[in-house]
Amino acid sequence: MDSIENTPIDQLDLSKASRFQDGSWQQAFARVRAEQPVHYLADSEFGPFWSITKFKDIMFVDSNHQLFSSEPFIIIGESELKLPSFIAMDPPKHDLQRAAVQSVVAPKNLAELEGLIRQRTQTVLDNLPTDKPFNWVKDVSIELTTLMLATLFGFPLEERHKLTYWSDIATAAPGMTGGNGISHEARAAEFEKVFERFAQLWHEQLDKEPSFNLISLLQQSEDTKDMIERPKEYIGNIMLLIVGGNDTTRNTMSASVHALSQFPEQMQKLQAKPELIPSMVSETIRWQTPLAHMRRLATQDVELGGRTIKKGDKVVMWYISGNRDGDVIENPDQYIIDRKNPRQHLSFGFGVHRCMGNRLAEMQLRILWEEILQRFERIEVLQAPKRVESNFVHGYEELVVQLHPKKG
Amino acid sequence: MPTIHFIDPQGGEHALEAQAGDNLMQLALDNMVPGIDADCGGLCACGTCHVFVEQGLENLGDKAEMEQTMINSRPDKLDSSRLSCQVTISDAMDGLTLRIPEFQM
Ligand code: HEM
Ligand code: FES
Repeated sequence: MDSIENTPIDQLDLSKASRFQDGSWQQAFARVRAEQPVHYLADSEFGPFWSITKFKDIMFVDSNHQLFSSEPFIIIGESELKLPSFIAMDPPKHDLQRAAVQSVVAPKNLAELEGLIRQRTQTVLDNLPTDKPFNWVKDVSIELTTLMLATLFGFPLEERHKLTYWSDIATAAPGMTGGNGISHEARAAEFEKVFERFAQLWHEQLDKEPSFNLISLLQQSEDTKDMIERPKEYIGNIMLLIVGGNDTTRNTMSASVHALSQFPEQMQKLQAKPELIPSMVSETIRWQTPLAHMRRLATQDVELGGRTIKKGDKVVMWYISGNRDGDVIENPDQYIIDRKNPRQHLSFGFGVHRCMGNRLAEMQLRILWEEILQRFERIEVLQAPKRVESNFVHGYEELVVQLHPKKG
Repeated sequence: MPTIHFIDPQGGEHALEAQAGDNLMQLALDNMVPGIDADCGGLCACGTCHVFVEQGLENLGDKAEMEQTMINSRPDKLDSSRLSCQVTISDAMDGLTLRIPEFQM
């Protein structure tokens, strides 16, 4: 392994997936933020790329879509298999497609969903073992987010494990985010299956009453009502929501348990003041940064941090680094659930692509913790978590815990 | 001095004395009017300072392109939608009345 201090700064590779597994990302980004916050690496597994590491610079890149295009990809690596979806489109096309699906997370729908989410959360929590350790990632985080996703899609609940699998492989091809993942061929075959299943659901939905699930909403909008005739685009949008809504929220659920066990005084604060739950949720989303980066292509030469990014260069915004930028966030490495300004973080991005599901994610997390605090005194983390090998999805494979129910 | 009225998501009314040149989003935050999140701090990059103009729309200037683009991605947008961080208060805006959406997103 290279040592972070001894590598010449212009050779320090921030994209190595292993850094996000062993935790060395913190030290690597801290050095780049201090010495060369707009950083160029001439050669890497993903070719040459710029790294943007400070909060304000990331904000600038993210909110200037005319200078920094989201096409053709928004992750650092590329895949032979490109599924079009609006996260990787620029305005005006982006705006039309987003408008067609965003009502699935509009306030009215969220209010309707709240009761259902609470009910399911209660059921999942009430069925957890209290007499032996178990994997929180699998039994809670994955279970709850997959149930939610199935509801958004109108996907049969009994088949929901398929959604989990498809989410896992979406960004896991080698060359995309640095993990070992699965082969391009296997991914292509799996996307075939996604299409078949969702094509069937599309046709079934046509015979049903319009409803608020995503497929029905696509059918109700002028711009997307014949999307089934553009299979790649249809699957692209489905996969976007599968990934967008799944890994991210799942890893926030796991992170909340991990963080509150690493910072036990924060757990005490939360128990004493449950009204801090929303602010704890925002802090967890900052501290974890479930998506470590988004990437852009410069559409013209741009000066930033005293350097010139050339037209056509690949630009990676490291949200995970900006969220630890001490110039904007006080004591950034500390997890503090009652920060003055907890919503000030980069985890949902900014600008036209700002996360569409942010309120849904926050609601799921809030409900989870409202229910946890009623049941459990403590969620003890028994061993160091296993993390995902990826420079994009910043998350947990395994978090072994023991529950301690409230007495009385 | 223009008086600006906010109706918060719970229906509470807030009549605030402003100065010409004040920022509308900042006015709400400084006076603890509930319902304005302003996650991006006023850079027209988050859409969480969204308000509906109930009265006085004619006294607001035109929206810049970026403001319109950000408003387009609010599922609850109306013709009267504005991002309060993009509005600079002028004397002509006396009586401006703004309703804050149920929740920001
Ligand atoms: C804590 C949970 C979540 C995090 C951290 C997160 C993070 C992000 C980020 C960083 C972006 C890109 C922003 C940019 O480029 O500026 C994004 C976009 C998006 N997210 Fe999320 N997300 C979360 C939950 C969700 C959920 C629950 C959904 C689905 C309902 C969702 C759907 C989307 C969609 C559709 C986009 C694309 C928006 C666009 O391009 O206009 N996300 N998210
Ligand atoms: S405060 Fe973010 S858009 Fe106005």
